Amino acid sequence: MAVRTVIEAIREGMDEELERDPSVFIIGEDVGKRGGVFLATDGLQKKYGEQRVIDSPLAESLIVGVAIGAAVNGMRPIAEIQFADFIAPAYNQIVEEAARFCYRSGGDFNLPMVIRTPWGGGVHGAMYHSQSIEATFAHIPGLKVVAPGTPADAKGLLKAAVRDPNPVLFLEHKRTYRLVRGEVPAGDGVVPIGKAEVKRAGTDLSLIAYGLMLHHCLEVAEKLAADGVSAEVLDLRTIKPIDEEAILQTARKTGKVLVVHEDNRFGGIAAEVMAIIMERAFDALDAPVMRMCGPDSPAMPFNQILEAAFMPSVDRILARARELAAY
Amino acid sequence: MALKTGEIAKQKGQERHRALGLSDDAALKLYEVMRLARAIDERMWLINRQGRAPFVISCQGQEAAQVGSAAALAPERDWVVPYYRDAGVVLWFGMTARDQMLSFFARREDPSSGGRQMPGHYGSRRRHIVTTGSPVGAQTLHAAGVALAAKMRHEDTVVATYFGEGSSSEGDVHEAMNFAGVHKLAVLFVCENNGYAISVPQSHQMAIKDLADRAAGYGFPGVVVDGNDVLAVYEVSREAVARARRGEGPTLIEAKTYRFTAHSSDDDDRRYREAEEVALWRQKDPIQRYARYLRDARVLSDSVEQEITDRLTQQVDEATEYAEQAPDPSPDDLGKFVYAEGQG
Repeated sequence: MAVRTVIEAIREGMDEELERDPSVFIIGEDVGKRGGVFLATDGLQKKYGEQRVIDSPLAESLIVGVAIGAAVNGMRPIAEIQFADFIAPAYNQIVEEAARFCYRSGGDFNLPMVIRTPWGGGVHGAMYHSQSIEATFAHIPGLKVVAPGTPADAKGLLKAAVRDPNPVLFLEHKRTYRLVRGEVPAGDGVVPIGKAEVKRAGTDLSLIAYGLMLHHCLEVAEKLAADGVSAEVLDLRTIKPIDEEAILQTARKTGKVLVVHEDNRFGGIAAEVMAIIMERAFDALDAPVMRMCGPDSPAMPFNQILEAAFMPSVDRILARARELAAY
Repeated sequence: MALKTGEIAKQKGQERHRALGLSDDAALKLYEVMRLARAIDERMWLINRQGRAPFVISCQGQEAAQVGSAAALAPERDWVVPYYRDAGVVLWFGMTARDQMLSFFARREDPSSGGRQMPGHYGSRRRHIVTTGSPVGAQTLHAAGVALAAKMRHEDTVVATYFGEGSSSEGDVHEAMNFAGVHKLAVLFVCENNGYAISVPQSHQMAIKDLADRAAGYGFPGVVVDGNDVLAVYEVSREAVARARRGEGPTLIEAKTYRFTAHSSDDDDRRYREAEEVALWRQKDPIQRYARYLRDARVLSDSVEQEITDRLTQQVDEATEYAEQAPDPSPDDLGKFVYAEGQG
């Protein structure tokens, strides 16, 4: 096993998929010589040429729309949207076109394509380099939404996304890119889409999260252990299709659940997770299901104090978890 | 930069189709497909007005622009990315009257969508017709993508995408033309300029007279053609296809034409255009005009005309009868095909 950062794992995943399958190609802004603004595609154009790592014009709808057409005609595009905050111009192409191609054609067309984009805050990225978009897109039938938190999951899920016959929105938490290191299995390891994973087993309460918040929750679990509280941490990894069984399993096991995300609270993924538990595991609960989310204000101000106030922090999650443990 | 606009087709005399390399049979095939598109469309209105089907969207008036351009392509290797008026295009690419009627009645067997979409929202992978939605303009980017894939594999596939002058205001159309220009993609951007986007006239859509002028801004030729002259449309399209196959990139073809009907069966065009204007354009009916040419060229006789009429009537009758009685989707079909399965 090799130790990699999240960004290295993603780059390796793309490199291996480009090598394995000549129908895979990359299209996005600055993905060529620049190697992407985060260097996710560093060196790939040099290795695979300008035909397979394409610097697109500065137009997000174009990036997705062209990827759709290429996928129709036998290719497996990996489209990069430079920041999740810039995805709105491509909303029509993603939601009205890509997500509906299979359904509206009665299964005649399907689109094997990936839309990668860095998301999330905590990097002084301000209003337009910090947003979370998972709830917006998870609402749309026909899309898959993936949000890995570790290098191994990032690489394995990227491979799964490239090989999936459907459009997959692949969310990479930009704060984790270089912050999080971990072992990545050698070989062609694919992590299946739609499967959550218990990243830390526990018995007293469950923390459910994904992306950067997974790492905050792991830290919180460590601190809770010092209090004598055994916390389980479930990493959703895939937002849509969500792993209902894994959610129910941990809820039934501990009877106390706190769901954490930095996306806005209203209509967020936590609300869906809570609804799943209420509908199917109500009888196993020892406390109301709780959530710790970003507030319902636009994500997120540039000022450091305001940014910190927006992001769920280890301390705030810990306080909420202690409240839950004591319930 | 502008191409000559249908010079051969403008010649006087009776040999225009032969000068374009079309045999008499080929010239008649153009005519028959135009008439089939019209015949299906007229039947749909009749059925709609009888209350037997809820919605029609029409090709009437635009058949020459559609068939003349599609006929320049090779359906076995080329692709079309149409919009919802393009009955003439998809019929040329192999769809049948039955397919059209199955879609019109939203039956389970509708090959475009299994009864999920409104009529006119075509799609068929085996016929190289990309599935289309209602938000206009978006499809032009798909055409660029299909052409990009072909270019990556060194195939000489040509892709024609269709849109109205109203759609041309959408940003996606700009983005598609720009990208196709940058990469010299084998795309025909065929604008069927029928003068109105529902009710909004061209003068409120753009400050220029010829949309084809925009092509210069994307680095490829733009050509204006009489969209009601099927041979002229065929000629410029054939030239654009040849250019594309040579790897010289896209062409914007603006076919000036007119929509005979209201925007759809839910629209009332008397609210925004004068009856005199419609009547004037009906005198320029592309089908009648081509029939006159074919008669003058002694390709179309009374007996051939009658054979065609009989054949089309039979096709449309049979298609209507079949489709009206065909089964609806079952409620269980609602959740099918949200996602594709396997490795696709």
